Amino acid sequence: MTFEYSPAPESTSIVDISAQYGLFINGKFVDAKGSKTFNTINPATEKVLSKIAHAQASDVDKAVAAARAAYTKVWSKMAPQERGKYLFRIARIMQERAREFAVLETMDNGKPIRETRDIDIPLAAAHFFYHAGWADKLKYAGAGDNPRPHGVVGQIIPWNFPLLMLSWKIAPALATGNTVVLKPAETTPLTALLFAEVCQQAGLPAGVVNIVTGDGATGSALVNHPDIDKIAFTGSTGVGKGIARAIAGTGKSATLELGGKGANIVFDDSPIDQTVEGIVSGIFFNQGHVCCAGSRLLVQENVHDELIEKLKRRISQIRVGDPLDKNTDLGAINSAAQLARIEEISSSGDSEGALRWSPECALPEKGFWYPPTIFTGVTQANRIAQEEIFGPVLSVLTFRTPQEAIDKANNTPYGLSAGVWSEKGSRILWAAKQLKAGVIWANTFNKFDPASPFGGYKESGWGREGGRHGLAAYLKGGEK
Amino acid sequence: MLTKIGTFTRTMHGNPFSPLTFFRYNSYVQLVDGTDTSIRRFLKQLPGVDQVGAESRAAMLATRSIKTTSKKWAIDCAISMIDLTTLEGSDTDGKVRALCTKAVHPDPTDPSVPSVGAICVYNDKVATARKHLDTIGGKSIPVAAVSTAFPSGRASLEVKKQDTLDALNNGATEIDMVIDRGAFLSGDLVKVFTEIVYIKELCADRAHLKVILETGELVTLDNVRRASHLAMAAGADFIKTSTGKISPAATAPVVLVMLEAVRDWYAMTGIRIGVKPAGGIRTTKDAIKQLVLVRETAGEEWLTPKLFRIGASALLNDLLMQRMKLRNGNYAGPNYVTLD
Repeated sequence: MTFEYSPAPESTSIVDISAQYGLFINGKFVDAKGSKTFNTINPATEKVLSKIAHAQASDVDKAVAAARAAYTKVWSKMAPQERGKYLFRIARIMQERAREFAVLETMDNGKPIRETRDIDIPLAAAHFFYHAGWADKLKYAGAGDNPRPHGVVGQIIPWNFPLLMLSWKIAPALATGNTVVLKPAETTPLTALLFAEVCQQAGLPAGVVNIVTGDGATGSALVNHPDIDKIAFTGSTGVGKGIARAIAGTGKSATLELGGKGANIVFDDSPIDQTVEGIVSGIFFNQGHVCCAGSRLLVQENVHDELIEKLKRRISQIRVGDPLDKNTDLGAINSAAQLARIEEISSSGDSEGALRWSPECALPEKGFWYPPTIFTGVTQANRIAQEEIFGPVLSVLTFRTPQEAIDKANNTPYGLSAGVWSEKGSRILWAAKQLKAGVIWANTFNKFDPASPFGGYKESGWGREGGRHGLAAYLKGGEK
Repeated sequence: MLTKIGTFTRTMHGNPFSPLTFFRYNSYVQLVDGTDTSIRRFLKQLPGVDQVGAESRAAMLATRSIKTTSKKWAIDCAISMIDLTTLEGSDTDGKVRALCTKAVHPDPTDPSVPSVGAICVYNDKVATARKHLDTIGGKSIPVAAVSTAFPSGRASLEVKKQDTLDALNNGATEIDMVIDRGAFLSGDLVKVFTEIVYIKELCADRAHLKVILETGELVTLDNVRRASHLAMAAGADFIKTSTGKISPAATAPVVLVMLEAVRDWYAMTGIRIGVKPAGGIRTTKDAIKQLVLVRETAGEEWLTPKLFRIGASALLNDLLMQRMKLRNGNYAGPNYVTLD
């Protein structure tokens, strides 16, 4: 007798993808200046989903001008509670159209429908609800008695959580009275374009939200635009550094949410079965395309073998395949380029002497796939312990004493996230004090909430997003 | 890592006391011999259970979508795992015979429906059930008896032994005993352990022993894990969640922790212990969620009536209705399945 799960694919009939998309400027979909376009594909099948306009510098100009006009004439003059109403309306529409968003996100990104359905989309809507409530309470946001918006914000988001990152950016910006020009990632523009429709549906005043699609050149035009007051960026540390250089001395503010190499620290008194679950969600959630992933597992040496045995058993049960199947745990890698990067860094693990293990799992022929992988016997000196892989690859290191665990965890240019697993409360609190990371999870991992600030130390970025701290990043304080 | 070295029989206070189980734990040998220290040491070294984590894992597994062929398979599998149960003060021979008839042919119009896993009754109805099953072609269906002053377990050891003996003598081949939850909660682990050992001794080769933890009264998942291991160390063949008389009963996190316990026990000893959730599993959806828990926690090996049972009564008719739906494409009314 075997209990094989039959295919349970989510229907795609709910989404209606146009053959071609223009830019969303001043409340309308418009053609881009040039005729240049690029394709967005489904990474699980390599099928082209749609043709996307490539915004040129002059298109960015138009978008910024629209945002500026909307800021000056409408949005900054509107009563705060009215702004809040628009955010509530957007949040409700996102909930009403949640399945449509979930299916579209899965098709465009390759992540499992279980995650878009249960995590990405509900959290995205939650961010709008949370910030809607703040719109008329900004005096309590921590920016003093006279909080003011920056003006026009340029926002650039990554491909790993397309709609969720859009929400992290747009909801606080709008709640605080800014207007935005947002550039979604090149490989995942579709949910941002659907969000543009939601803005229309909600009757949001024209120009408050503008969406320009394109590549790095488009992003660069946005960053360097003289009429942008603030840049909010989520993406790689390399690009983040470039942005910091570009805006130095211009008076533009910035929030940068960059890479990470999160340490997940397991002490010998951890609740082992839940620890295994936490390790799995720490590195295999969203194919490991998570800046705060627990990609470095630090295990107390006396429980290493037992933990790894249990971990391997659990990883063997991960269901890899069709992202639209409701039982899929691990979907497709977002792009051929990312797959190549994962393969390149991982192969350094082999050549530098770490021990690779993956369960037996058949990968689909078409599309971009990487099996869940762990490397044991990794040391701090290995590339796979230092560089962000951004894929389903876990590096396992050991430690002997609590202090050694902290030292190794902090021995990285990054400082975004960390996890601590122990049944001893005092040890958790002690470890949390020592760890240099923006987010520290205790006996859990990769849990997000709009009320909780998120951001990094060191090369993981500047500023915080979410919660009161994230709100403050969109406000100027002090005298008028 | 705990490794089993051997099982030995000896007498204690002049009474037979078995099995004595020795384990090797890292460098020292540990003896679960019924003494307070050995039991305490054994249970203390078990890792804790993080309740939030266990609940979220159980909730995630509840989202598995079981359709078409796999649903058909799961429904028949669930039917074959049911311990079809009646445990009421109002039970009569007539009621028990009706239940037995249903157990053999759950759907009289469709011979392809499998028989259930067992009949579960109080010990004074065992003989009736056995006789009726034998008469109607249900020889292979075992009769289970609840025992040891079920459901509360509040009686002397002598009464509990006699309760079990009656059931065995009436033809029960499965004994569902309750542990003394009061003793467990007050820390008298020896009492809990020895009672199981004595009942196991009576069952010997005659009957399978299911040990009911009544997790609704143990409350914490740490207690569920410890009680599971305590029962297995004392000789349980099955660990069972609940009597069905206390709520909550077989919740998903509880079943998850018990499945982890039998999985770990197998890794330690090479012996597979069964799990029986009972109470609150009423719909096909509930039952399929249980099978998913089994598959993804203990593993496929446990997906057999020898190692997994579901204690239920109303569940069977819902499974039959869903089975008809898969076959005919439409839902039948409740009058198209039989009352028992």
